[in-house]
Amino acid sequence: MNLALKLVAQRLALGIILLLLVSVLIFTGTLILPGDVAQSILGQSATPEALANLREELGLNEPAVARYFDWLGGLLTGDLGTALTNGQDIASSLGTRLKNTLFLAFWAAMVSVPLAIFLGLVAVRFRDRWPDKLISGLTLSTISIPEFLIGYVLMYFVGVKLGWAPTVSTIYDSMTLVEKLNAIALPVTVLTLVVLAHMMRMTRAAILNVMQSPYIETAELKGLTMFIIIWRHAFPNSVAPIVNVVMLNLAYLVVGVVVVEVVFTYPGMGQYLVDHVSKRDLPVVQACGLIFAAVYIGLNMIADIVSILSNPRLRHPK
Amino acid sequence: MSDQLVKVRDLKIGATVFPPNAKPHDIEIVHGVSFDLERGKVLGLIGESGAGKSTIGLSTMAYGRGGVRITGGEVWINGRDILQTKNADLRALRGGEVTYVSQSAAASFNPARPIVEQIVEAAVRHKKFSRSEAEKRAVELFRKLGLPEPETIGERYPHQVSGGQLQRCMTALALCPEPDLVVFDEPTTALDVTTQIDVLMAIKAAIRDTGVAALYITHDLAVVAQVSDDIMVLKLGDTVEYGSTDQIINNPQEDYTKALVSVRSIDHEEKQPTPDPLLRVENVTARYKGTKFDVLKDVNVELHPGQTLAVVGESGSGKSTLARVITGLLPQREGQITFDGRQLTPEQSARSREDLRELQMIYQMADVAMNPRQTVGTIIGRPLEFYFGVKGDEKRKKIIDLLDEIEMGKDFIDRYPAELSGGQKQRVCIARALAAKPKMIICDEVTSALDPLVADGILKLLLDLQKIENVAYLFITHDLATVKAIADSIAVMYQGQVVRYGSKSEVLAPPFDDYTDLLLSSVPEMRLGWLEDVVAHRKMESAGN
Repeated sequence: MNLALKLVAQRLALGIILLLLVSVLIFTGTLILPGDVAQSILGQSATPEALANLREELGLNEPAVARYFDWLGGLLTGDLGTALTNGQDIASSLGTRLKNTLFLAFWAAMVSVPLAIFLGLVAVRFRDRWPDKLISGLTLSTISIPEFLIGYVLMYFVGVKLGWAPTVSTIYDSMTLVEKLNAIALPVTVLTLVVLAHMMRMTRAAILNVMQSPYIETAELKGLTMFIIIWRHAFPNSVAPIVNVVMLNLAYLVVGVVVVEVVFTYPGMGQYLVDHVSKRDLPVVQACGLIFAAVYIGLNMIADIVSILSNPRLRHPK
Repeated sequence: MSDQLVKVRDLKIGATVFPPNAKPHDIEIVHGVSFDLERGKVLGLIGESGAGKSTIGLSTMAYGRGGVRITGGEVWINGRDILQTKNADLRALRGGEVTYVSQSAAASFNPARPIVEQIVEAAVRHKKFSRSEAEKRAVELFRKLGLPEPETIGERYPHQVSGGQLQRCMTALALCPEPDLVVFDEPTTALDVTTQIDVLMAIKAAIRDTGVAALYITHDLAVVAQVSDDIMVLKLGDTVEYGSTDQIINNPQEDYTKALVSVRSIDHEEKQPTPDPLLRVENVTARYKGTKFDVLKDVNVELHPGQTLAVVGESGSGKSTLARVITGLLPQREGQITFDGRQLTPEQSARSREDLRELQMIYQMADVAMNPRQTVGTIIGRPLEFYFGVKGDEKRKKIIDLLDEIEMGKDFIDRYPAELSGGQKQRVCIARALAAKPKMIICDEVTSALDPLVADGILKLLLDLQKIENVAYLFITHDLATVKAIADSIAVMYQGQVVRYGSKSEVLAPPFDDYTDLLLSSVPEMRLGWLEDVVAHRKMESAGN
């Protein structure tokens, strides 16, 4: 267990270092952008005195390093600063948005990950026969169509014509879980269709790779059915590559849902970010960027750790 | 229930091949083989690679590996032709009535699951036993097979037990569902001789105690003679000879069987050491980077010009590491190596081109030691160009001379490695080493991957070339029969140390040290009852101590 623990600790430490580096990158990135926050708040017609006063007030005259640590300290204590455009506390307005995005991503993952793995297993079971080709064909076509198009098509047929689900996915805290799920049914479907192909094909490839192994022959010669062979003998040995792709797609679900959120006017992070980017509200952009980076790094770190723990040689040393 | 368990009639097996320069086509690899097996009896299937013995073994489970298909004939097991049965019935047969022990247990166990789970799986799935009954039976089998800690060893993962132990676990896996027939496919081939003898004894006792019938597949006639009642000799998918073990071993009728029985008939007169050794390894100690363990400890050996020093030992004894040190791939920590009167630099990269040229190497796996995209001519021509700057027609002429020397001829010059047999590939590697006109060649298990008759041919060739070229061989092997055939002097290695060293006649004459004795007595002999004799002898000795 020692070696595995050591490797896991290493990954965690690396993740934290990476996150710090990203925070530096985000901070300097917004720093070198042309223009000036005070200027953008006050507009083109501001007097030099007013600008100087506001700079002083915002602490923009401090050296960059000091401002960075100030910002970082705030982040660590949960203070993301205030939005320049409306003067609201970023942490509180971002909080509900983030919760909504995670809610959507969570349910999309709950549907898409098991479905992708199941379809991958089916594709291996019926390899090169019609179910395999059908699954491959369908998932490939859904990944090839832009998600906003799928979104609008679903909205028209399922939402408008059939009336099975609302076309606008607005959710409130006062809604029950069932009501919320009904509200997000369409965006979840769209997201599932978008991420399914990648995960399903990786599952299929990873398991097929393992299916060449002599221990699969041993399992076949035990007279086991194909599904038990795939599930009990092939799948546990292909967890590592599958988890990696699953995590990349989960990260996409959190970070990349901007388009889908806009299409369905869902009150998530994506729409919030888009709104504030267009207004050059740098503190909000920095905060969102850091959260997205943390999601990416965190999920990939989980993938690494699961890969390490799925290796029996590391879990059970000699 | 009759005594007849297996009846195979006119079995034909085919496969689709995909040759590099031709269209895929179907070939027949087993041409109508028939045999019978009674309950509780053991039939040995013997032959060289390509004889179809594994394929025939697997056909008793109606299974074809890769693209292999059973194309004709009948396979009757327990009174029904299994080639006519449907899926569900076939699954009940596999793992229920017939089970399989493969050559490499290490690869045949699922690395992600504990051993016992895999052992009871078939018995539980086929509803032969409940899970707890099957686990109890597994522990019983562990004990019977002489595994340490039988109560708990099953909870381990495959990588947590040794190769020999895992092979015994595989036997437990096959015996757990109380099958009628077990197919043993080269179960001891991948093991060291001293381990092989234990596994062989365990398998034989398990067969006797459980009354199971077995098909025992191997290329080693001496091994199969110890366990089987009948033997069938196969060659290229045809039956050569089929009879009782006694008859095949003591009174073979066919020439091919006679050749198999009398293999390793090379007689090599031992040469006397010369005053000036070509290679002198003095007090060499070495360890791998990042480890704290010496894999070679104070090794001292000498090799004389035009002679052969055999380095013998089991896996992990350090014999290949010694070769790596001599070639400079792993610089030694202490000690020195003198070659042809001059001291060799430890690092290979610092050696002169002459040093590199005079010391060549041949490897175990000929096919991975050659670039598959180069022709035989290019492969052999490379050292000619690199060391001597020979080009054009002169180079071609020299290549043809070398091809003649390895008894292959100029027709092979434009062939690719994929078009050669295993023996021919090894010959090309020998020619490539010879092309550099070396004073010494390190041969690292060069015959281990080859069939006995082919290996014999290679050894004869190496001896002939030694006479012509006066080249010295450092011959690394685990096979004592090979050593007897070609060595002038022998170094026995055990755990990084040379435990016995001297001329062949000295090393192979008693009194022996314990390890050499164990090693020598573990080499299977081609006679009935050898296994029992050795085991009885060892029991007596350990009782005497």
